[in-house]
Amino acid sequence: MATTEEIQSGLAEILEEVAGVLPADATPEKSFTEDLDVDSLSMVEIATAVEDKFGVAIPDDELANIRTVGDAISFIEKNQS
Amino acid sequence: MSQGLSLRKGAAGARILGFGDYRPRRIVTNDEISQRVDTTDEWIRTRVGISERRFAGDDESVVDMSVAAAGKALATSGVLAQDIDTVIVATCSAPAPIPGLAPEVAHRLAISAPGAFDLNAACAGFCYGLSAAADAIRSGSARYALVIGAEKLTDWTDQDDRGTCIIFGDGAGAAVMAASDTPGVGPVVWGSDGEKSRAISVAGRSSLMTMDGRAVYRWATTQLADSAHRACELAGVDIGEIDVFVPHQANLRIVDSMLRTMKFKDDVAVARDIVYSGNTSSASIPLALTAMIERGEAKTGDTALLLGFGAGLTYAGQVIICP
Repeated sequence: MATTEEIQSGLAEILEEVAGVLPADATPEKSFTEDLDVDSLSMVEIATAVEDKFGVAIPDDELANIRTVGDAISFIEKNQS
Repeated sequence: MSQGLSLRKGAAGARILGFGDYRPRRIVTNDEISQRVDTTDEWIRTRVGISERRFAGDDESVVDMSVAAAGKALATSGVLAQDIDTVIVATCSAPAPIPGLAPEVAHRLAISAPGAFDLNAACAGFCYGLSAAADAIRSGSARYALVIGAEKLTDWTDQDDRGTCIIFGDGAGAAVMAASDTPGVGPVVWGSDGEKSRAISVAGRSSLMTMDGRAVYRWATTQLADSAHRACELAGVDIGEIDVFVPHQANLRIVDSMLRTMKFKDDVAVARDIVYSGNTSSASIPLALTAMIERGEAKTGDTALLLGFGAGLTYAGQVIICP
């Protein structure tokens, strides 16, 4: 089980790799689309990378509800095995 | 008849003798589209990879474009129209469901009374058609076949829907195939996922296309690599030996994602025709490959991996030897 801090830094790495977001910008209150300029297809790439890294499944309808970095962190926390 | 019925003796395999294409006259730039919907040239180029696409006019129907592309493929292959015995038109944008387009296409090409039918496997249609024709040749049902992918998607696209109108275009591509002792069309790996049948659909006869781009993108970038590898394996070619990769031109980011997950050699030639054609569904693979052959990027004898995927959802992939 990854801790909240580990999830946050792991997610920041993915965001940097997939969408070029600076790790310092990947704070919980940031909206992926509005603040970080991550488009819908990049969200899919991020979801796929998160699934691989944290062993969670993110169905398409759940992905649509993940709007901020904080949403993603709490989804991973709740669903990691 | 306890011993069963007689069968024809077929050929060892099928080979593609020539490709041809037809690109509608009117070029539509991203700037032109951004005058109608809220988007920009920069956004479309970076997010989808398209610089321009072609829109067919009133005198460029699916049949007209099919005839033009097929005529070019016949000329390139050196096969006479009268020798063709099977015509398959892969399309999902026919103007009406009845009649099928293939008989009229054949008639206009002066092909006499061939087996002729349309095939709808959306963006995978051309690969399904190649497989159907190759199998017909192998079973002896056909000797010379014409396979066409042709679309007038603008008839079914909402030009005010930013999610689709920037993507889709029109065009046609065709291949002439013949029986051969040296097979040049490998076994198909095909399949479908009907649970996602609504991901890309036209709801009814007065409706236009809707697309859940995110669901399709995810499926294409995560589910298809294994099938592509399997198609190579069945053809007896290592994916690292493939010379040319021609995936359906849906989105340049799908192409780039596939290149990251599939283990091609560094100098594999990759189709990026979407930049100039947009997404032309069943026409995209033969359009892209014809252009690559004309530019010398795909050479005679090269192995090419074709991979179609789209509405249905359907997919099909096979290795071919370039004519």
